[in-house]
Amino acid sequence: MSKIVYADNNATTQTDPEVLEAMEPFFCELYGNPSSIHTFGGQVAGHIRKARESLASLLGCEPTEIIFTSCGTESDNSGIMSALYLNPERRKIVISKVEHPAVKNLGSELVRRGYKVEEIPVDGKGRLDMDKLKQEVNAETAVVSVMWANNETGNIYPVREVAQIAHQHGALFHTDAVQAVGKIPMNLAKESIDMLSLSGHKLHAPKGIGALYVKRGVRFRPYIIGGHQERSRRGGTENVTGIVALGKAAELAEKNMKLENTKVKALRDRLEKELVSAVPKTRVNGDTESRLPNTSNISFEFIEGEAILLLMNQLGICASSGSACTTGSLEPSHVLRAMGVPYTAAHGSIRFSLSRFNTEDEIDYIIKSLPPIIERLRQISPYWK
Amino acid sequence: MWDYNKKVMDHFLHPQNVGEIKDADAIGEVGNIRCGDALKLFLKLDPRTKKIVDVKFKTFGCASAIASSSALTELVKGMTLEEAAKVTNKDIVKILGELPEEKLHCSVMGMEALQAAIANYKGEKGEAPEDADHDGVVICKCFGVTDTKIRAVAKENNLHKAEEITNYTKAGGGCGCCLDDIQQILDELWRKEASKPAKHLPQKLTTVQKVMKVQEVMDKEIKPMLEKDGGSIELVDIQGDKVIVRLCGRCASCPASGVTLKNTVQDKLREFVAPELIVEEAK
Repeated sequence: MSKIVYADNNATTQTDPEVLEAMEPFFCELYGNPSSIHTFGGQVAGHIRKARESLASLLGCEPTEIIFTSCGTESDNSGIMSALYLNPERRKIVISKVEHPAVKNLGSELVRRGYKVEEIPVDGKGRLDMDKLKQEVNAETAVVSVMWANNETGNIYPVREVAQIAHQHGALFHTDAVQAVGKIPMNLAKESIDMLSLSGHKLHAPKGIGALYVKRGVRFRPYIIGGHQERSRRGGTENVTGIVALGKAAELAEKNMKLENTKVKALRDRLEKELVSAVPKTRVNGDTESRLPNTSNISFEFIEGEAILLLMNQLGICASSGSACTTGSLEPSHVLRAMGVPYTAAHGSIRFSLSRFNTEDEIDYIIKSLPPIIERLRQISPYWK
Repeated sequence: MWDYNKKVMDHFLHPQNVGEIKDADAIGEVGNIRCGDALKLFLKLDPRTKKIVDVKFKTFGCASAIASSSALTELVKGMTLEEAAKVTNKDIVKILGELPEEKLHCSVMGMEALQAAIANYKGEKGEAPEDADHDGVVICKCFGVTDTKIRAVAKENNLHKAEEITNYTKAGGGCGCCLDDIQQILDELWRKEASKPAKHLPQKLTTVQKVMKVQEVMDKEIKPMLEKDGGSIELVDIQGDKVIVRLCGRCASCPASGVTLKNTVQDKLREFVAPELIVEEAK
């Protein structure tokens, strides 16, 4: 298995070689602690500042509005817990049914701690039930958290409208934008989003670095208590290499934003179109009118996703599935189930997620390889006639 | 990514006996598409010897479900129906070497399909099908697993924890709200099993088996108790259900020896050997 075709970029991405190059000096040469008083350490703080500016430029916000964290999950937890802490009289949070586990499972934990957590349903295409949202957000609500884009379907959610609804009732609005940053142009200065989470490794930085945006004027209570780092909003010595990497990745993402929405989108559209026309009994999951340019979630009916992934794996093709078997859980993806995707299709769903590193040849390879795999498994399936 | 061994991957990549038998003598179908796996098994029997001469399967499911089905067909080919009825999920796992814990339910599905096929055959021949699977009360609503099945799988594989039942049957793996109920069933089951005497004994002991067993229980259970009081016991003879013993040491002269015989010796032998035994002292 020498050749790898990587079509699982919503899981994680390749670190861009330019990013690696940017972070390299901070291991063995510029390894000082940015909090140190000596120049050797202190100079590192300047690089962190620069990285913060690059990320702020990508998000369209002020550098001081950014708190570096360890990952998207930490950012989600920090934002939501801060909102709850600062509004103790409000005991309710409102999220969507299709949130990432970083928010969804935090919600389950908050229920155990005595909070009321309302999950807003979605329709067959995964679109949020805005009427239900309006009903549920009220004066008891401390925070509303709805993801900007969904990791499984790529669906883009109307965060601007949701933020407005939250604010009408005095609630804060947080969004998990882990999949959206770098793919959707943002200008947070013009939005009324209070908090936003992002993760480095989804935009060609390495794993272990994330950020939380907190709008100026929005109170914030640190989640990790410690030193004065990040203006006392996140304790712990800075992950300097990670921060520098995220800064560089943000700079590249801004530069390549157009590419994501032209080249990558064209690759995705071709992959999806050709697979759907080559293989009978398929369905595309999600809202094709409004989704990320890189994601395609296709169900191949009457067969099971893990088996498809393993056969693809034999050919070096990497993707994901919403099937129950791939995760060790026994239920298929909560996102597809929330959308009411029939079980025949949910178990056989495959998510392809591309990046700017994918090529036309790779797409050809997937288009050529997949139909025989599907056919082979359907021949074994008792449901395939 | 699951860490499947080579054997499982071989059966998955090159499954044996895939397909259908048009004029099958028995068809067993278990699982459903909602659960994420399903298996349809076809058996063709030799009309004279009743041996399985051909077997085919179709499976909807993950790699281990396909591998388990393939292994099952290899296993049962050539067996008589009686032999096949004794096949358990453990035999399937043995062929595959091992399965990840969370995937053991795939091997259970294999066993169930085989049992369903055998029941289907017997049903056709006018005998009552043994559909133990469909008996009982549904405990896990997500996957439609009954208490009967939970008990059967727990006994077969010596399972004591609800999570283990999930690995074998999926029960409790959906919403998880039945996990407490499953644990309760298991606790009850094993409490009953523990208090059930002589559970491994066959219905009728031969004389030799009876002598051996009585001797063993006397040595292990009864003598140590009597020896604490300076007494002992020896086996003189067994005539049918009558066990004739001689009390020795202090027991021989003890005025309460009659009580010892009935309450201690007889009770222990009835508990561990056979409930119909009567103990008498040698004259």
